[in-house]
Amino acid sequence: MKIVQINKENWTDGLKKLSEIYRLFGPVKEDDFHNFLELEQGQLPDLNCLNTRLSPKSIIYPQSEVMFEYTLDENQKDHHILKEVKKDYSPQAVIGIRPCDARAFALVRLNFDTPEHQDPYWLKAYEATTLVGLACESPCSSCFCTTAGCGPYHEEELDLLLIDSGDQYWAKIITDKGKAFLKAAGWTQTVDEKTALKEIKAKKQAAEDKICSTVNTDKLREIETNELYNAPFWEEVSFSCINCGTCTYVCPTCWCFDIQDENLGSSGCRMRNWDSCMYPLFTAHGSGHNPRDTKLHRVRQRFMHKLKYYVDKYDTGIQCVGCGRCVRLCPVNIDIRRVCELMNSHAAAKD
Amino acid sequence: MLSYIDKIKEISIRLLKECRVEMVIGFRKGTVPMMNEPHFAKSPEDVENFVWDSNCGINLCNYLTNRGEKIGILAKGCDSRNIVTHIIENKIKRDQLVIIGVPCKGMIDKRKISAMFEGEIGEVIENENNITVKGDGFEKTLNKKDVLQQNCAICIHRNPVIHDELVGDLVEEQIDVDRYEDVREIEALAPQEKATHFEKLLEPCIRCYACRNACPLCYCPTCFTDESRPQWVGKGQDPTDVSTFHFLRAYHCAGRCTDCGACERSCPVGINMRVFTKKLEKDCLELFEWEAGLDPDVRPPLDTYRPGDPDEFIK
Repeated sequence: MKIVQINKENWTDGLKKLSEIYRLFGPVKEDDFHNFLELEQGQLPDLNCLNTRLSPKSIIYPQSEVMFEYTLDENQKDHHILKEVKKDYSPQAVIGIRPCDARAFALVRLNFDTPEHQDPYWLKAYEATTLVGLACESPCSSCFCTTAGCGPYHEEELDLLLIDSGDQYWAKIITDKGKAFLKAAGWTQTVDEKTALKEIKAKKQAAEDKICSTVNTDKLREIETNELYNAPFWEEVSFSCINCGTCTYVCPTCWCFDIQDENLGSSGCRMRNWDSCMYPLFTAHGSGHNPRDTKLHRVRQRFMHKLKYYVDKYDTGIQCVGCGRCVRLCPVNIDIRRVCELMNSHAAAKD
Repeated sequence: MLSYIDKIKEISIRLLKECRVEMVIGFRKGTVPMMNEPHFAKSPEDVENFVWDSNCGINLCNYLTNRGEKIGILAKGCDSRNIVTHIIENKIKRDQLVIIGVPCKGMIDKRKISAMFEGEIGEVIENENNITVKGDGFEKTLNKKDVLQQNCAICIHRNPVIHDELVGDLVEEQIDVDRYEDVREIEALAPQEKATHFEKLLEPCIRCYACRNACPLCYCPTCFTDESRPQWVGKGQDPTDVSTFHFLRAYHCAGRCTDCGACERSCPVGINMRVFTKKLEKDCLELFEWEAGLDPDVRPPLDTYRPGDPDEFIK
C-alpha cells in the first residue's frame, strides 16, 4: 500500500483521532495572512492557504528556546548548576506543509546534525515530528522551487504527501511515520494505485508547468570564491538593504542563532534566539572590531553563504528551496532571484 | 504622478552631467507587484532605470545618513521633512544635497490591496487616478484614493517642504483631515485595556527590526536593543522585551517622526506600530505646537527649553 484515499467527509473525524496522539500544527489564517499554529481541539488546518507568511521552521526550531535554567540561591541544593529544561518531545504533526518548506529541513539538518556535533534540541523535535505535506497546485508567481532543487510535489523530508483531488485527498505514503499517522487517523481506504499514480503524475506536471520563475545556478560551484566576493555588483545589490532581519527570519533554511543568559533576581535561564547575518551585532567582536562592519559586507555574506559557500561545502545545490518568502517580504524588494542571476552570469562570463 | 518620471530623469541626468552631484537616489521598478526598490544612479545612463509611481513609499532620506558625497535625492513631502530633520541633527549637510521635490498624492497600501483578493495578485496597472489589479480569475479597478496607505490618506504635507528642483506642479494639500482618530480611541481606553490592546498589536512581532531600520530617524550607531554592556532589553520573544523595544523606539522618535509610514510599510507581519509614534506626534502638537521637519532653522522642542514649556505633568 503506497497510496490511501482520504474522503474529505472523514477529514474532521480523522483529525480528531489524531489529536489524541499528536500535537497538530497547520496553516491558520489570522487577520490578513496564514501562519502555522498549533491547532486547538476541533480547529481545522486551512489547506486553501497558498503558503504561510512565516516558514514552519519554528515548529522544530523555535525563535526563542530555553535550554537550561539555574538558580543562584545558595539555600538550594543545586545552586549555580545549569540544569536542562524539561521539554515536550511527544509526537507532533505538521499538516499542510509545502514541499519546499519540508525540503528546507534537509538543508538545515546539514547544520544541526553533523558527524562531530548533533544539536539535541533540533534533532529531538525533528524526530518527534511527522511532516504531512500538501502538494502545491497553485504556486505563487514568486516561487522558483523547480530550479532550487525542489518542486510542487517534491517528497524529500515528507512522511506523507497529500494531493487534493476534489472530494478526496490522495495520501502518498513516504515513510513509516507517515504510515503510522494514517493508521492513527483511521484513514485506510486503499485505491487503485495505477489510476491514482497516473492522475498524480498529470497533476504534478500541471503544477510544475505553472512555475514561471526560475534561477540559474549551474556556474556557481566552479567559479573562484574570490571572483564572486570581489564582483562589481555588490554595491548596487546592497544599496537599498536596510539590514533588517526579515529575509533571514522568514527563510525556512536560515539556521543561525545566538545564545543569551537571562537573569532575574537569583535565577535565570540560558536560551537561544534566532540571529541574523544582516545585523551588525552578529559579527561584533568583544574587542569592538567588526569584520562585517558595512551593509555591503553583510548583504554579500548572506548571498555568498546561500549561493556559494554552501554550494561549495556540501555540494548539494544552493541553500534555498525557492519558497519566495524573502522575495515577497523584503521591505525594499531585494530579490534573491536577481542576485543569483548576477552571480551565476558573472561566473559564466569568467568561464 | 506618473508623468513625473520624464522630469525626474531630465533633472537627474542634468545634475549628474553637470557634476553637481555624485549620485541621485530614486527608485527602480520592483520585481513583484506593488514594490519598487530604492536605487542610485551614478551616471546619466543609470538614470534610465528610474521609475515613479504609487509604490515609492520607502523613505529615501534613510539612505542619506552620514554620507559624505554630494547627492541628488527624490523627496516626497514626508521624505523632505525627514531630510530637514537630518539636517537639524547633523546627519547630512544641506549643501551636500540637491533635493528634487516630488509633490505626492499618496502611496498605495500593498497590504490592504492584497487583503481585498482571495488569490495572488499577479499584476497591478496604474494610471493617474486608478489602479487595476489582476490575478488568476479576477480583475478589478480601484480608485487610488480608496487604497492609500493610512498615513498618506491623512497626510497634510504632501508637497516637499524644502527643495531645489521640482518635478511637477505642487499638489493641493489636504485640509480638515482628522489625523488622530485612532490615537483618541486608544487614549480613551482604560489602562488595562490599553495594555491588552498593545499586547495584541505586538503579538506577531518577530523582532526583525524592519520598522527600525526603514526609519530615517533610527540611525544610532548602536541601537539600545543591540547594546550588550549593559544589555537594556532581552533578545527573546518575551512580550515584555518585544514591547519594550517598540515603546522605547517610539519615544526616541518623539518630536522627530513625520509619519512617513516606512515602519508600518516594512513590517513583514503587518503591525501598525505607527499608533505609538502618532500618539507622541499628537502630544508634541498639543504641548508645543510642533510638527517635525518643517524648518531646518528651528530647534525641535525636545532639545530646547523655553520658559513657557508646559509642565503640568510635574505638578
